[in-house]
Amino acid sequence: MARIGVVTFPGSLDDRDAQRAVRIAGAEAVPLWHADHDLQGVDAIVLPGGFSYGDYLRCGAIAAESPIMREIIDAADKGLPVLGICNGFQILVESRLLPGGLIRNDHGAFICRDQILRVENASTAWTNDFAVGEEFIVPLKNGEGGYIATEETLKELEGEGRVVFRYVDVNPNGSLNDIAGITNARGNVVGLMPHPEHAVEPGFGPDTPAAMRSGVDGLRLFTSALQHLLTV
Amino acid sequence: MAVIVVEVMPKPELLDPAGKAVGGLLRRRGDTVYTDVRIGKRFELTREGPVTREVLDEVRALAEDLLANLVIEDIVAVYESGAEDEFDEFSGVVAGETR
Repeated sequence: MARIGVVTFPGSLDDRDAQRAVRIAGAEAVPLWHADHDLQGVDAIVLPGGFSYGDYLRCGAIAAESPIMREIIDAADKGLPVLGICNGFQILVESRLLPGGLIRNDHGAFICRDQILRVENASTAWTNDFAVGEEFIVPLKNGEGGYIATEETLKELEGEGRVVFRYVDVNPNGSLNDIAGITNARGNVVGLMPHPEHAVEPGFGPDTPAAMRSGVDGLRLFTSALQHLLTV
Repeated sequence: MAVIVVEVMPKPELLDPAGKAVGGLLRRRGDTVYTDVRIGKRFELTREGPVTREVLDEVRALAEDLLANLVIEDIVAVYESGAEDEFDEFSGVVAGETR
């Protein structure tokens, strides 16, 4: 059985939910601790949402310097699949595993909503279970989720197909080009602001046109990773 | 003991919602003379020994690497506290003139 690690930092909120998503997808969830250097031989890693270190300095900045991130950066450079969700995405940009930055929402307020995303790249380690152009609904909840990058970086991301998810209908935080998630050049590291781990089980997911709380499409990020592991 | 000050601001082209909120508050209070407010950060790093040009360079490098994220922020000044009137090579201004 594939083993997917979920890192807990001081101030992580959604580590348990991410572990649960990993289990529902059919893998073993391995809790990892920020202060360790040991990745315990996991096959993939999830950096969960939350407010690591109280968002001190900048969101994700202190977590990006934690002992386990040294190992994760090395492993990601060698191809280990890494998914950063919300605060995890902020940690990935602060670690420079992904380009750009995340700033306070343009409207100045925290936002929590069921958000439609469009899949723009279905060949990453975390999206191969989707089709390009497919739309799905996941919860989104953030205060500092505005994705920004230099014009040059944006051109590079767009030109290389490295925008993975885009917001549909509503841009909830002022992200440039409606960007909700991006990947690295190799496609093994993906970061996104919305929360796929909250859309994995009927009765507990986002509302969809079909029924209340029925959204489970977030699960496919995790099943994508399992598919990817079979091919490497 | 010397205190080295690092001042960081959100990049001018980025929206600063916190500064905007304070600007709105000033206008509501009737202080219409202030047309814009931006909020940044000030770090004070205390260390032993004299503050030389090399020390300031070292602090600037630390600021670029960690204290600021240059994707979203600018380092606007690095100087020894109490030495505000000395020319600050990094910001290119006499720091004392800016306050």
